[in-house]
Amino acid sequence: MVEWTEFERNTIQSIFANLNYEVTGAKALARCLVVYPWTQRYFANFGNLYNAAAIMGNPKVAAHGTVVLHGLDRAVKNMDNIKATYAELSVLHSEKLHVDPDNFKVRLLSPTFTTCMQSCVCVVEQSCDVMSLLDPQLLADCLTIVVAAQMGAAFTAEVQAAFQKFLAVVVSSLCRQYH
Amino acid sequence: IMSLSAKDKAAVKAFWAKAATKADDIGSDALSRMLVVYPQTKTYFSHWKDLSPGSAPVRKHGKTVMGGVAEAVAKIDDLTGGLLTLSELHAFTLRVDPANFKILSHNLLVVLATQFPEDFTPEVHVAMDKFLSALALALSEKYR
Repeated sequence: MVEWTEFERNTIQSIFANLNYEVTGAKALARCLVVYPWTQRYFANFGNLYNAAAIMGNPKVAAHGTVVLHGLDRAVKNMDNIKATYAELSVLHSEKLHVDPDNFKVRLLSPTFTTCMQSCVCVVEQSCDVMSLLDPQLLADCLTIVVAAQMGAAFTAEVQAAFQKFLAVVVSSLCRQYH
Repeated sequence: IMSLSAKDKAAVKAFWAKAATKADDIGSDALSRMLVVYPQTKTYFSHWKDLSPGSAPVRKHGKTVMGGVAEAVAKIDDLTGGLLTLSELHAFTLRVDPANFKILSHNLLVVLATQFPEDFTPEVHVAMDKFLSALALALSEKYR
């Protein structure tokens, strides 16, 4: 069970309350694809990822970045049980949507999944499966950089510590759901 | 190892030209963050009176570290050869676990993002990340 100080709770709530999920999500994912180009492997059908400009202007990247941030939002609202939050979403997804995790890699690229992507529930299952392929720490690091750029001096060492701790717990909880 | 392309080197030099003027602040801030966010790194500085962000020893050491980074930029075409002495220092005298190079690099990137939000684009970010990785590798040369 993760212990959060008052400062950490307030910091995380405050950061996310002031984030534009569309803008930040898009920037973080695009940055990840540029800085760690091997991650493009998992977005083969996203269209033009040929160079940084293309990636940063790609609407599918932007849309997916938003989905990721909305997925994080669940953890922000359930800081005392992040592990269960993602476990619950994972179970819900596999039961309600009858997703076979083995097939999920293929479904990831199907048109059905694209509509599915609108729901943040999908982020988790997707994350669970992608977990086997993609190091979530890479995206976490890029999100840290994007938020740091946005907040400037307000992103103090203590704020950075709280933010990185939060992301570490999320990453760890997501990894747990993959067997 | 991912070697630096001509494009990477150009990006690093261009960005460094802007960042160099704030080198001392950058060094101090990066070190401060490292000590707060990764408290295990404090063990290397148990001889300091004050480990708090922006303290005198932190500022002084930040300056030293950034001097090393500046030297690396100047010797970007041959980091291994150029940083030989520094590598020996880190390997035989300081004995800093090389895992910590990645930690400091991360905090340097975070500081650059806060100080240069417009200039620290994804392209600059990847070039700087590659450069700092290459720098760390050059520093690790003499370890074993």
